[in-house]
Amino acid sequence: MAGGEHWRWAEMRGTVPGADFKTAAVRTAGIDVGSVGSKAAVMLDGRMAAWAIMRTGASSPDSAERVLARALEGTGLAVGDLHYVVGTGYGRVNVPMAKKTVTEISCHARGANHIWGKSVRTILDVGGQDIKAIRADETGNVAAFLMNDKCAAGTGRGMEVIADLLGVPVAELGETSLRVDEDPPPVNCTCVVFARSEAVALLRKGWSKEKVLAAYCAAMAIRMHALLQRVGVEREFAVTGGQSRNVGVVTRIERALGFSRLPVPEFAATGLDPMVAGAIGAALYAKAFHEKAARG
Amino acid sequence: MLAHYGYRDGSGEYFVAVDAAACTSCGRCAADCPSRALEMTAILDGLDEKSVAAVREASRNTLKEACAGCDHAGRAPCETACAPKAIRVTWKQG
Repeated sequence: MAGGEHWRWAEMRGTVPGADFKTAAVRTAGIDVGSVGSKAAVMLDGRMAAWAIMRTGASSPDSAERVLARALEGTGLAVGDLHYVVGTGYGRVNVPMAKKTVTEISCHARGANHIWGKSVRTILDVGGQDIKAIRADETGNVAAFLMNDKCAAGTGRGMEVIADLLGVPVAELGETSLRVDEDPPPVNCTCVVFARSEAVALLRKGWSKEKVLAAYCAAMAIRMHALLQRVGVEREFAVTGGQSRNVGVVTRIERALGFSRLPVPEFAATGLDPMVAGAIGAALYAKAFHEKAARG
Repeated sequence: MLAHYGYRDGSGEYFVAVDAAACTSCGRCAADCPSRALEMTAILDGLDEKSVAAVREASRNTLKEACAGCDHAGRAPCETACAPKAIRVTWKQG
């Protein structure tokens, strides 16, 4: 494991060019404290303006505060300038500056609706420690969902374990797994602890890293495809969460479904990043709650 | 909204599905569950909150055990307690 820290992924922040933080009528934020990553979205009148992604620390209140402060850097806004903040995240997170907490399921559905438009019907959110299959209507409300956190395999955490084991940076896992002529049989066990020992055994048998990764990603894709089928898959289909970046898993799910996901937007300039979908949804709920309260 | 809780593992499939729109918030399913696997929880209904039945977080990954002692043909206590038939248990091995 020369070099180490292959699990580490890049934290980031951005401001949408031209965002006018002074004149907006409604300034809201959504904070999504996940098990692995914390995300914040700052929106002006329901449009993305600034965002940040950081690694979640030991305490969810601290992580929430840090990621919001990071998103607000350079915008001229302080937390007190926001009209409404909504928190969401893994389990029962504590986001102290949030007036309300909304489930991740609702936030991802609403966020996906904002990123891709009202034609999104099925959302697969692969987070740090759980997987959610969501069906949404054209307004971004949830029609059905299934959440699975029984096992971390295939989630961000599971991928970090495999990245470290194979010495492949986590951002390159997916591409690496696709460098095989044909997929080997998937690993049997979908539990991350056993999957790790299975991967070790395959390496000892002389399998290449590419082949081991292909077998691992294929197993994860089968598992996620089964979750999707339980809630029912309708097009259009989108993938959110950290693993939306993992083309190794996503490509194999697309093969199983027989169609492609909606393309990942060019988010560097717009902030419409599938990994930030939950925070975007939370910021949109914040706007709706603020407006409802203002109406009285 | 149809909420599915549970999982499939090597031994079978274990799910509880709650139709949140049909749920009348009465709480009888939770009261009648011998494993105390259910609770009433607030979900968003538009922008308002509605209290609906849900599987407790602590039970979501142990439905195989939690529901093992009940009927698996639609007459589990939570199912018979629910007048609008908003709750459905799937417990299948193999």
